[in-house]
Amino acid sequence: MSRIDVRKTYKLYIGGQFPRSESGRSYVVNDAKGRLLANAAQASRKDARDAVVAARAAFGGWSTKTAYNRAQIVYRIAEVLEGRREQFEAELRAAEGVSAAKAKTYVDAAIDRLVWYAGWADKITQVVGNANPVAGPFFNLSTPEPSGVIAVVAPRGALLGLVSVVAPLIVTGNTVVVIASQDNPLTAITLGEVMATSDLPGGVVNVLTGSQSEIAPWLASHMDVNGIDLTGVEDAALASELEVAAADNLKRVRRPAPDTDWLLEPGLDRMTRFMETKTVWHPIGV
Amino acid sequence: MSNIFEYAPAPESRAVVDIKPSYGLFINGEFVDGHGKAFKTVNPATEEVLAEVAEADDADVDEAVKAARRAYTRVWSRMSGAERAKYLYRIARIIQERGRELAVLESIDNGKPIKESRDVDIPVVAAHFFYYAGWADKLEHSGYGSTPLGVAGQVIPWNFPLLMLAWKIAPALACGNTVVLKPAETTPLTALLFAEICQQADLPPGVVNIVTGAGDTGRAIVSHPDVDKVAFTGSTEVGKAIARAVAGTDKKVTLELGGKAANIVFDDAPLDQAIEGIVNGIFFNQGHVCCAGSRLLVQESVADEVLERLKRRMSTLRMGDPLDKNTDVGAINSGEQLKRIRELSEVGDAEGAERWEVACDLPTKGFWFPPTLFTGVSQAHRIAREEIFGPVLSVLTFRTPSEAIEKANNTPFGLSAGVWTDKGSRILSMANRLRAGVVWANTFNKFDPTSPFGGYKESGYGREGGRHGLEAYLKGEDS
Amino acid sequence: MTPTSSSTASTASSAGVFDDVVRSESSLRRFLHGLPGVDQVGCEARAAGLATRSIKTTSKAFAIDLAIRMVDLTTLEGQDTHGKVRALASKAMRPDPADPSCPATAAVCVYPDMVATAKQTLGDSGVNVAAVATAFPSGRAAMDIKLADTRDAVEAGADEIDMVIDRGAFLSGRYLDVYEEIAQVKEACGDAHLKVIFETGELQTYDNVRRASWLAMMAGGHFIKTSTGKVQPAATLPVTLIMLEAVRDFREQTGQMVGVKPAGGIKTTKDAIKYLVMVNEIAGPDWLDPDWFRFGASTLLNDLLMQRTKMTTGRYSGPDYFTLD
Repeated sequence: MSRIDVRKTYKLYIGGQFPRSESGRSYVVNDAKGRLLANAAQASRKDARDAVVAARAAFGGWSTKTAYNRAQIVYRIAEVLEGRREQFEAELRAAEGVSAAKAKTYVDAAIDRLVWYAGWADKITQVVGNANPVAGPFFNLSTPEPSGVIAVVAPRGALLGLVSVVAPLIVTGNTVVVIASQDNPLTAITLGEVMATSDLPGGVVNVLTGSQSEIAPWLASHMDVNGIDLTGVEDAALASELEVAAADNLKRVRRPAPDTDWLLEPGLDRMTRFMETKTVWHPIGV
Repeated sequence: MSNIFEYAPAPESRAVVDIKPSYGLFINGEFVDGHGKAFKTVNPATEEVLAEVAEADDADVDEAVKAARRAYTRVWSRMSGAERAKYLYRIARIIQERGRELAVLESIDNGKPIKESRDVDIPVVAAHFFYYAGWADKLEHSGYGSTPLGVAGQVIPWNFPLLMLAWKIAPALACGNTVVLKPAETTPLTALLFAEICQQADLPPGVVNIVTGAGDTGRAIVSHPDVDKVAFTGSTEVGKAIARAVAGTDKKVTLELGGKAANIVFDDAPLDQAIEGIVNGIFFNQGHVCCAGSRLLVQESVADEVLERLKRRMSTLRMGDPLDKNTDVGAINSGEQLKRIRELSEVGDAEGAERWEVACDLPTKGFWFPPTLFTGVSQAHRIAREEIFGPVLSVLTFRTPSEAIEKANNTPFGLSAGVWTDKGSRILSMANRLRAGVVWANTFNKFDPTSPFGGYKESGYGREGGRHGLEAYLKGEDS
Repeated sequence: MTPTSSSTASTASSAGVFDDVVRSESSLRRFLHGLPGVDQVGCEARAAGLATRSIKTTSKAFAIDLAIRMVDLTTLEGQDTHGKVRALASKAMRPDPADPSCPATAAVCVYPDMVATAKQTLGDSGVNVAAVATAFPSGRAAMDIKLADTRDAVEAGADEIDMVIDRGAFLSGRYLDVYEEIAQVKEACGDAHLKVIFETGELQTYDNVRRASWLAMMAGGHFIKTSTGKVQPAATLPVTLIMLEAVRDFREQTGQMVGVKPAGGIKTTKDAIKYLVMVNEIAGPDWLDPDWFRFGASTLLNDLLMQRTKMTTGRYSGPDYFTLD
């Protein structure tokens, strides 16, 4: 008699913990061929609220860590991911129905992307900051700072897509509440496990699975969220509605780009869009 | 003030300005009639009607956008950066040449003291054009690419009419965009004089279009489908409406909105300069400054001394005729704004804060409000939370650096902040922890074309000034 | 903490308000270094802001006459002669011979050996004789010589003594030595008024100027004075601003008024009026009086006279119409 598998329960990732949805709901996730893969937690607005609270609580500590330290932690995520690459390749093949070669390409790219962004932590300030030669006896320096708590609607591309939107945000010191791809949410939770074991403080990344159209509006209108990245929103009307809601507290908005080719090397824009420029003046005198 | 040394009036001559009885819209290089209901602009210091100004309706705005689009496609986007730069340099020079005229006109229409329009507004306007002129042929080094967006729709406020115009138009043109700009309805005159300057500079028609009007005209610009970029400076309320209006479009937006800046004074501050900074922070331009230091946070151990010195200093402020070279505080820009300042101040009284104001005779005509401070204010008071946009300072106290940070950041705004202390490491720590786009340490209300300006949180997004100011008008290298 | 020295003269002024402060070197240092710092840029911006005040018509006429009355008409040259000093004294009494309504200056300021000559010419005109003493301008002499220098000048009839502080002592942090020296010179002055010269060009920072101001006021100086005129920069608007703030704050604390004298480099009416505006707005109108504010100057007077003539005649005057003494 063959051994019975121990199946994994996919839950949410909030504040460094893996809770079930407070609503008790779950939904069926099928593989590319329409067969049951697993049940995923179906997050509610209250889960979204809890995730924002966790992200806000984590922001102070995360944003004031040294850039070097943040770089090390993001690099550590890459290391741990590398160690578990077979699991991710298998998950991608099952969930997205891609070939083994393709799955390997995505995992490679996801790991490399993390490494790429990790290196930016202590360079982005040098590249986008400025010493400004004002016409007067003043020291004047502009430096970028993270915007705060950012809500993200992740694109399809369960691993590479997710990594490509989350890494640039956390490496710059933001904390994140991400709604995983509705159709392929499981890899996001597995990635949560990687992050949870990579010295990433709880609450820096929070992963919700469930209905985009149900959860996203709560995050878009949440007054303690500073920015919203709509990359994964495919419904134009929903995107518009979210952008309107985001105006309530003037969230920084990144408009949808669901068709992005994530294999291309990104620019700086995913980091700088959710950074604020702070300019400090001081007189120069004796 | 001394009885034996009372300064005699020293008014700047009005003869340098020639205000026409009526003004049209500036579209495609020419002044044309507007089709809306013309409105009047008044001198807020006297309530004298200065001129009648055309209102642009939707069709007028459409004409302006079409002119801007034509100029963009046929001329401006094709011109080399070096050639665009020359036009901007020309404009900068003409502004310097006509500086006195612009300063007097600004003070007449706005109510600000001539010493500010003459020594701050107009020189900084010219400096902005000089600064961005130099960028026009160097954009590939900016980090934001060198591809313009197209037609920029720009809506500006009444507190620094020409300076806000410069902040908008100089970078837009340098990057190769064309513009449709609406000045505030209470202060259109220097923008219309700027239109003449564009003519003097032989700027190609349609590159700059100035349409006058109020909220409806602004809405028409913002929502026009052929506008690629919206830049707005003004209230947070309108900023939010604009953010909603552009939702779902491809329009790029920058917003410079309100503030409620904390000006934090520690007990080891250079006190005499801190007093100047507090005064400059809230009474500069009658407090009509989005980044005004409207919340004074003073360490309890020096609170009494600071207040005493502050009151003594406030008593030497000279309020009155904006054209008098010795005037420190001019007129409130409009009756409507005066009403708001009065209302919020009355709320301050009602909430139990203690009002102190400079004893002075207010002119009988015009819109005036004396420099005022409220003590005994707590974070819960409306005068500590809402932008008054007038010469009203709310004074709060703190005991420790952490308490100062907590109070300073406890606001939906995040435009600016001030810190006064002689301890260098504390300055840097405070500057790091303050959530604001501009932090002035041991100084306040300093502006420079090379220095980015803009807010966190509900104070808006995007930066104006400096290299960062180019981002708003370029497509970017990777988006 | 052990008191290092006690001064016999330390209670000469301010009725003991600062006894604790001047009890020891360390207490004095603590006090002086505890004064609020000065931000150079902010201070200079404030001074420049006041300098843009526009003074017209009646205010200007008043200001010019006041400025003339505040001038310490000065000659401090190796080539000074009795004849030169007599001429200067005559001019101090009647600056504009063509216009008897023109007021006299406050004083003439000379080296001690010229005091008797100056006094002889000035008589009871009301114009004071001020003498620079204490090994002016460097102050580099033994204490007994400085005191003898002072006594000589007073005995010769000086109404005012302009002493220099020991900048070397000040800059090396020996504040109590500077304090004692001022206090002793003051004692040697007897009834003559004491002006304390800092040579702000050598003190360099505004923080130092503020500390020197308090030191001199606590030691009993009647006036604090910027410069000898022999070192550049001499008087500047921001330095004078700091000193005006000091006398203002000193009165606030003790009730006593101390005068301020910028000296050196003030050459035009326009300059002088900028200083008066600053006096008015920083220290207050009480200081707009020759008893509390002076200009140490030589060429300034003729420019004041030319502007005065312009105010009365309505046309511009020329240097040929005023005496070069």
